[in-house]
Amino acid sequence: MNSENSPRKRKSISYAKWGYLFIAPFFLAFLVFSLIPLCSTIYYSFFQYFRSGLKIIGPNFVGLKNYITLFQADLPKYLGNTLLIWVIGFIPQIFFSLLLAAWFTDLRLRLRAQGFFKTVIYMPNLIMASAFAMLFFALFSDNGPVNGSLISMGLIRQPFRFLASVAGTRGLVAFMNFLMWFGNTTILLMAAIMGVDPGLYEAAEIDGASSRQMFWKITLPLIRPILAYVLITSLIGGLQMFDVPQILTNGTGSPDRSVTTMIMYLNNHMYSKNYGMAGAVSTVLFILCSVLCFLVYVNMTRDNDSGEKRKRGARH
Amino acid sequence: MNRPKNEKTKLTAARAGCYLVLGILCFLCLFFFYMLLINASRNTFQIQQGFSFLPGKSFLTNLQNLLANGNIPVLSGIFNSFFVSALTAALATYFSALTAFGIYAYDFKLKKAAFAFILLIMMMPTQVSALGFVNEMDALGLKNSLIPLFLPSIASPIVFFFMKQYLDSSMPMEIIEAARIDGSNEFYTFNHIVLPVMKPALAVQAIFTFVSAWNNFFVPALLLDSADKKTLPILIAQLRSADFLKFDMGQVYMMITIAIIPVIAVYLFLSKYIVRGVALGSVKG
Repeated sequence: MNSENSPRKRKSISYAKWGYLFIAPFFLAFLVFSLIPLCSTIYYSFFQYFRSGLKIIGPNFVGLKNYITLFQADLPKYLGNTLLIWVIGFIPQIFFSLLLAAWFTDLRLRLRAQGFFKTVIYMPNLIMASAFAMLFFALFSDNGPVNGSLISMGLIRQPFRFLASVAGTRGLVAFMNFLMWFGNTTILLMAAIMGVDPGLYEAAEIDGASSRQMFWKITLPLIRPILAYVLITSLIGGLQMFDVPQILTNGTGSPDRSVTTMIMYLNNHMYSKNYGMAGAVSTVLFILCSVLCFLVYVNMTRDNDSGEKRKRGARH
Repeated sequence: MNRPKNEKTKLTAARAGCYLVLGILCFLCLFFFYMLLINASRNTFQIQQGFSFLPGKSFLTNLQNLLANGNIPVLSGIFNSFFVSALTAALATYFSALTAFGIYAYDFKLKKAAFAFILLIMMMPTQVSALGFVNEMDALGLKNSLIPLFLPSIASPIVFFFMKQYLDSSMPMEIIEAARIDGSNEFYTFNHIVLPVMKPALAVQAIFTFVSAWNNFFVPALLLDSADKKTLPILIAQLRSADFLKFDMGQVYMMITIAIIPVIAVYLFLSKYIVRGVALGSVKG
């Protein structure tokens, strides 16, 4: 207790094994349930290996043939669908999240009932996506209550077939994504804005800056790391889009496979037991996500080095 | 004299605009769930007539019809979902706390590498390895079992990260050193001293992991075949692929209600902590 230095040195030697012991279950589970499956997934992608009727064809090594088939056939279309639907949902999401976060943290506005608003807008994030999609399917079906109400109000004469139109179906999926995620993003951005040094706003106020100027000149540049984080993680989430379009279209991606996403495509291959192609789709996804994960990592570690002190101080 | 007054009206107008936008967004968030509850209490004929803001009288009838429906094993679905979600929450929080504490409290050679590795894989979706995972479980004879749905949550990088943040901010090493002097073994120290300190973090993450397991659809749908093993999201998918128009719409809404409402009910009680957890969990630093 008196001499702090020497016991600590001894400790670091004698307690190291506990460190390994405590992190062992995590890495063991990761190895068994993620790493080995990932390797075998990538391995399968180089084989012709599928079921045709009752016969299993393969596994025969075919090199990159699965990938060539993938890029020549449907993958660009499905990746395009996924990204398009993500963008349609993300634009209103980031717009409203920034707007609400700026309003909630605005010292002049001093909005009331913030707790209530935050509770309500975050709620859709916790909803089972498949059940939410089923709800939308029931509400927006041809003779569902949305059409029933629109007709009885005299706005339309024929039922509008939302799920038979490309724009209608994509729009519904994007709208659900927006509704499920804008509350979450709002809370993240609010936390980021509240981490900005309040002195900057005070100084700007003295100089006579307007709320709008403060938002564009102070808030936005300073929360850029978190905006980048939101963008990248949302894109990773967008690439995983599955539950909502799968349930809404019953796995068909109709009309004309215009809402078939990457994961729905993967799911179809796995369902029909085409392991070679499923492996190739997974590997493409893995490569895309690796790049994005690396960006998240860079964003987090760089941010920790430079801005740690400021943020720590400001959070309390 | 004119200027402050002008300023004040401007501010009031701005505030009114804010409340209007917020009101519309809240309406959008609540409307669909309100309609869900209303329609769960109406019969098929009433439902097809359009929206109503007043509930019907068929809530219990719909519930009874759904429970009596032999094609959709609702009760076992609720049980399976609950079982998997509870175990996921327990395993994910306990082992993430353990891993985080291992990295927080001890110095060892691979410490930095282990931490960097977990950060790198943090956002990697499980879907990329789903093919290998399903085949591996098949080979192990676990294809139609609930075990592969909760056991992998021992490695939950995001929960780990939250726990690590929490330890960094509120776990003084002095307490651990004091326990050592008292002769406490490290594992005992973790269970009896560190875990109680981490209670708030454990509670928040238990809720999040429970909810995400409850809502999980992709992997369970690939693994589970037999009717008595299915979880709620799979039953919803089954409902969707059933011949829809012949179906009793009241039962459809009731099924969705059963899948969604428990989560909302818990959320309404704990929303303060959950919203705070969201803010803490993902902001770095």
